[in-house]
Amino acid sequence: MINVALPKGRLGEKVYKMFQDCGYECPSILENNRKLIFENEEKGVRYFWVKPSDVSIYVERGAADIGVCGKDILLEYMPDVYELLDLNIGKCRMAVAAKKDFYDDNTKTLRVATKFANIAKKYYSGKCRDIDIIKLNGSIELAPILDLSDVIVDIVETGTTLKENDLEVKEEIVPISARLIVNKASFKFKTEQIEKITAFLKEQVK
Amino acid sequence: MIEKYLKSEEKIIVALRSLYSKYGYLPYKMNKFEEYDLYAKNKDFLVGDGIITFTDTNGKLLALKPDVTLSIIKNASDARGIKNKVYYNENVYRISGNTREFEEIMQMGLECIGDIDLYDMYETLCLAMKTLNTVSSDYVLEISHMGILSALLNSISANDNFKSEIAECIKKKSAHEISAICQKYGVDDEKAQMLSSFVGIYGSPKSVFERLDSFKANNELELAVNELKSLIKMLEGTEDLDNIRIDFSIVNDMNYYNGIVFNGFIKGIFESVLFGGRYDKLLEKMGKTSSGVGFAIYTNLLEKICFDKKEYDVDMLILYSDKSDLNKVQKAVDTFISEGKSVSAQKSIPKKLRYKELINMEAK
Repeated sequence: MINVALPKGRLGEKVYKMFQDCGYECPSILENNRKLIFENEEKGVRYFWVKPSDVSIYVERGAADIGVCGKDILLEYMPDVYELLDLNIGKCRMAVAAKKDFYDDNTKTLRVATKFANIAKKYYSGKCRDIDIIKLNGSIELAPILDLSDVIVDIVETGTTLKENDLEVKEEIVPISARLIVNKASFKFKTEQIEKITAFLKEQVK
Repeated sequence: MIEKYLKSEEKIIVALRSLYSKYGYLPYKMNKFEEYDLYAKNKDFLVGDGIITFTDTNGKLLALKPDVTLSIIKNASDARGIKNKVYYNENVYRISGNTREFEEIMQMGLECIGDIDLYDMYETLCLAMKTLNTVSSDYVLEISHMGILSALLNSISANDNFKSEIAECIKKKSAHEISAICQKYGVDDEKAQMLSSFVGIYGSPKSVFERLDSFKANNELELAVNELKSLIKMLEGTEDLDNIRIDFSIVNDMNYYNGIVFNGFIKGIFESVLFGGRYDKLLEKMGKTSSGVGFAIYTNLLEKICFDKKEYDVDMLILYSDKSDLNKVQKAVDTFISEGKSVSAQKSIPKKLRYKELINMEAK
């Protein structure tokens, strides 16, 4: 039995569709109920929905053998897992954004609001820029508007939210997409099944 | 009789002591504290950062040991033809990768330092397999050779940043990231393709060696592959090769490790429980001319699969009061113990104590 952690939300639904098209369907997952775990015994697969940022924890600690999560989560938490595939979906970018008229003249400590403290720290330490990290858990775009921060480091998909709030992307840090991750011990003991699923998924990657 | 009172992890430790002693490894007991300087000089060798430090009564900076290998190397003699073979069972203190808090890790391991040859490497691998087998027959020992990776990378580029970025991809088995890195460093498509196919190599020694044959050999690569092949051949005679995988995603720091590196997994434990390898470059950095190979098993991880479930905490609970005849209580305790039962004499029943039988000796 292979345990699969799927990220709740639109991305997770797309990912499940990929698994389904590979022959690992589990129709009960589409039923509208409060069940947490969905199993197709015949196909040897068990799915569960978890918060996207928790997928890597489930996989790293072996509660799930495999899972799908964004590269942003992998860069931020650096879980000790194998990253076998880029699924090329859920594409967006990690970027620095600020008010349109903001200009960083490097004279002051830069105030950076973000959910991704580690990514931001690493990015700015690479540029030897002194920063003050303001860790937020949501509505990051609000920070520069209320002068809580100078810039934000966040995921940008279409840029609509930024535009509507008079913000714009100033620098791009890294492109992001969904990745297939695998627990290291599971890979040793369930090699054949995991390699098979990976090969099927690879064929689906556009 | 005494064995009954040992926890499964303790039984494993006793079995391993006996195993290592049989192969001529001597017990090594280290100080609780070491000078901080020893670790500071070799910080990259340590797994994870963060060392608990304090000043002693003379103002010298000491550390709670984060590692045992460095102390063993420091004390090992460095003469031709000599091998120092020691084993240890020690607690080390490190920052946990998950919680970012300090944790105490129980490590049992062995080191062979000196004039190392193929036999010593074989013996270490063989003992690593026997160690895992002592815990469970459902184990995997994965082996790599740092020489293979370094030969491959050296043949492509001399750029250290390129090498470390590619090594990171290999560690994560991320073939999909290779081409972007190669592009960034101006490495041609053919070489990028070769690296991508290298990432996918994993499996039984036989299947891996077949796939390695397609790689354009240079002298460095051939030497490393041949050493790995010789070791596997030697293990064929003694150990079950079905438990061995060759996995090049074990990438230890190339500044310290050179030859074989290996990790052990036990079914039911979500992370690697055994780590080992050959670390001549570390010895070199510490001013020694000899070589070294060894491994450690994290015995604290074993509690995840060792279940010592007991229905009761004690067999008998004797309840007595201030007015009870204490001679009778004493006699009753002695009798039950001589019958091989465990007894707890109490004046009232403790809340969390689970007992099989209650003997009431209270006198009113």
